[in-house]
Amino acid sequence: MTTVTEAPPPLAPTPQKKPPRRRGRLTPYWLLLPGILWLLLFFALPMVYQASTSVQTGSLEEGYEVTWHFATYWDAVSEYWPQFLRSVLYAGTATALCLLLGYPLAYLIAFRAGRWRNLILILVIAPFFTSFLIRTLAWKTILADGGPVVGALNSLHLLDVTSWLGITAGDRVLATPLAVVCGLTYNFLPFMILPLYTSLERIDGRLHEAAHDLYAKPFTTFRKVTFPLSMPGVVSGTLLTFIPASGDYVNADLLGSTDTRMVGNVIQGQFLRVLDYPTAAALSFILMAAILIIVTLYIRKSGTEDLV
Amino acid sequence: MMTKDTSGDVRLSGISKTYGSFTAVHPLDLTVPQGSFFALLGASGCGKTTTLRMIAGLEEPTSGSVSLGDQDVTNLPPYKRPVNTVFQSYALFPHLDIFENVAFGLRRRGIKSVKKQVEEMLELVQLGEQARKKPHQLSGGQQQRVAVARALINHPKVLLLDEPLGALDLKLRRQMQLELKRIQTEVGITFIHVTHDQEEAMTMADTVAVMNAGRVEQLGSPADLYENPNTTFVANFLGTSNLIEAEVDTKSGDEIVLKAGGGKLSLPAARCSAPTTTGGKVLVGIRPEKISLTHADDAGGIPEGRNRITGKIADSSFIGVSTQYVIDSPVCPEFEVYAQNIDRDARLIPGADVVLHWNPAHTFGLDATQDIDAGVETVGEEASA
Repeated sequence: MTTVTEAPPPLAPTPQKKPPRRRGRLTPYWLLLPGILWLLLFFALPMVYQASTSVQTGSLEEGYEVTWHFATYWDAVSEYWPQFLRSVLYAGTATALCLLLGYPLAYLIAFRAGRWRNLILILVIAPFFTSFLIRTLAWKTILADGGPVVGALNSLHLLDVTSWLGITAGDRVLATPLAVVCGLTYNFLPFMILPLYTSLERIDGRLHEAAHDLYAKPFTTFRKVTFPLSMPGVVSGTLLTFIPASGDYVNADLLGSTDTRMVGNVIQGQFLRVLDYPTAAALSFILMAAILIIVTLYIRKSGTEDLV
Repeated sequence: MMTKDTSGDVRLSGISKTYGSFTAVHPLDLTVPQGSFFALLGASGCGKTTTLRMIAGLEEPTSGSVSLGDQDVTNLPPYKRPVNTVFQSYALFPHLDIFENVAFGLRRRGIKSVKKQVEEMLELVQLGEQARKKPHQLSGGQQQRVAVARALINHPKVLLLDEPLGALDLKLRRQMQLELKRIQTEVGITFIHVTHDQEEAMTMADTVAVMNAGRVEQLGSPADLYENPNTTFVANFLGTSNLIEAEVDTKSGDEIVLKAGGGKLSLPAARCSAPTTTGGKVLVGIRPEKISLTHADDAGGIPEGRNRITGKIADSSFIGVSTQYVIDSPVCPEFEVYAQNIDRDARLIPGADVVLHWNPAHTFGLDATQDIDAGVETVGEEASA
C-alpha cells in the first residue's frame, strides 16, 4: 500500500487509534485461515458426510437415501460387540506392553545413554523407513509355524501355558490373539517411546539428587519423583498408541484369523467387501465415541492430579 | 538439641576429586566443628561445590575419606547420610505442593504423622500460608525458604548450602543472609555454605575457607582473613589490597624495614607470612581504608613513625560514606585509598600531589614469588569501607 494514512491530528483522537487496532485484531484470524480450511475440508466435511451415510437406508443398486435410520447403530453394536470388545482388549494390552517395554528404553536413552543417545533414538525410528505393511508381513515369518519363536516357545513348553490361557491355539502362534497383540505392540512401540523420552529428558537431574539427598532410595526416587514427572509422556504415549491401535486392522488381518477380527477389520470389510456403507459409517462413529469416552476417563483419572 | 559434642563434626581427610586429567579438588584436609557456620569461598571452578557434593555423597571422591562425627560416610550413598543440601536452583519437586516438598524427607524415613512438624517448619520460614501452593507459584525468595525448610526438617547433622542465594536480587539476598544466620543460631546445626560472594561469606560465617584452583588457600575467621591474608589471592579476593614489591633492608627484632621506590616502609615481623632475608623481595600489602591521605603542602604535620608514600591523585570517586581515590605513585601505579567523608579537604582533587601514610602495624607482608594479581579480576565491587 502506498497511500499515506494520516489522520487529522487535532480533530478526532478516536479514529486515529482505531485503524492499527483493527488490523492487529484480524491478523491472527488470517493466520488461522489455512488451518481452519484444512480442518473443514479434511475433517469436518468427511465427518458430516459419514454421519449422513450412517443414517441412510437403501442398497447399492437402488441408491441410498437419508431416512434417519438410527437403528443401524443399535444393529451394529449388537452384531459386532465382540469385535469392539476385542479391539479395546487388544489395543489396551498392546498399549500396556508398549509402556512396559518402552519405559525402560526411554529411561535408558534419557539418563544413561550418554553419547549413544542419538544413535539409539535413530534406531527407535529406523523401522519407519520401511513400510508398515512390510514390517507386519515380516512378523508373519517370525511367528510362522516352523519359525524361531514357535520353536523356542515349544522347547520351553510355554506354548501349553499360552494355549491354556487362550492366547495361542495348538502348536501355532500365527493366527492367534498373541500374534495380533505382538504385531500391534511392535508397530506402535515408537509412538510410546518418543513422547516418554521427551518428557523424561526434560526432568532436571538435580531433582534426582535432591530426592537422594532427602533419603529416597533409587527405586523410591523413581516412584515418587521420576515417574510422576514423566506422566505427561505416559499419557501422550498411551494415547498415541491406544487410539491408532484400537482402529487398526492390518495386524489382525495379516497376523490374525477370523477369531481375532477387530472392529477395524469389520469396518474395512463393510466398506470394501460387503459395501454396506451405513453400517460401516455407524461402526466408525461408535468406535470414535468409544475411544473418546475411554480417553476422557483416562485423562480425568491420570491427568488432573499428577500433571504439572 | 544435643549438648556440646562432636557428632556433627565434618572431617575431610585427604579428599580429592579428579575428572580425567583435570583435578577439581587437590587432596584436602578440613575439619568443620559441630555447630559452626562454615563458608567455602572461591571463584567459580575452584572446587568448592565439588567439595560440598562429596560431603553430600553426590560425588564420589577420587581419594580420601569423609567422616561425620565418628562415622566414616565415604562409602555411604547420599540417602543414607545424615546431611541435607539446599541446592543452588533449589531443586524443589514441581509436582508436589510446598507441604509435600517439606514432608518429603520425613515420609522417606517412614514417619507417619508429619503434619505438626511440617507446619512448625513452615512457620519457622514464614510460609505457613503457602502450604498448598506449588513451587512455581512462589517467588524466588519463598522458594529458597522452602528449600531450607525441606532440608532442615530432617534435623541433619550438617546442612550443606550450595550458593543458595545466588539467584536472588541484592536486597533479598541481604535479608536472606540474616535469616539463614538466625535459623542457624536457632537450630544449632553445622552449616557449610558454598559461595563466591566474599561479602556473603564474611557476614554469615564464623569460619571461612578461601579456595583457589582446587586448594584451600587460607582458613580462618572473616576478620582474621581480611587483616592477615597469607597469599596474594586471599589479599585480592577478599576486599581490595594494595600490593607493593619491596626489598628487605634491615631486620631488627620484631620489625622489618623495607625499601620500596625511594622510601622506606616498616612491617611488623609477625605480620609477614613470607621468609625474609636481607636483600630479598617481599610483597608489602596495605588495605585501602587504613591509609590516610594528606596534601603534599601539609606533609610536615604527619606524625613520625608512620609509613609514607608520595603520589599524585589520578582519579577520585565520591560514593557517599567514603571517597575512593586512585593514586599514581612511583612505587605502585594504581594505589587505592578509601577516605571516610568526615572532613573533606577541597584540595584533594585529581592532579594534586599527596602523601599517603598509615600505621605500620596495619602493613602485611607476603611471599614475592606469587602472582601479584591473583584473585584480582574476581574482586567484588563492595570492598568494605
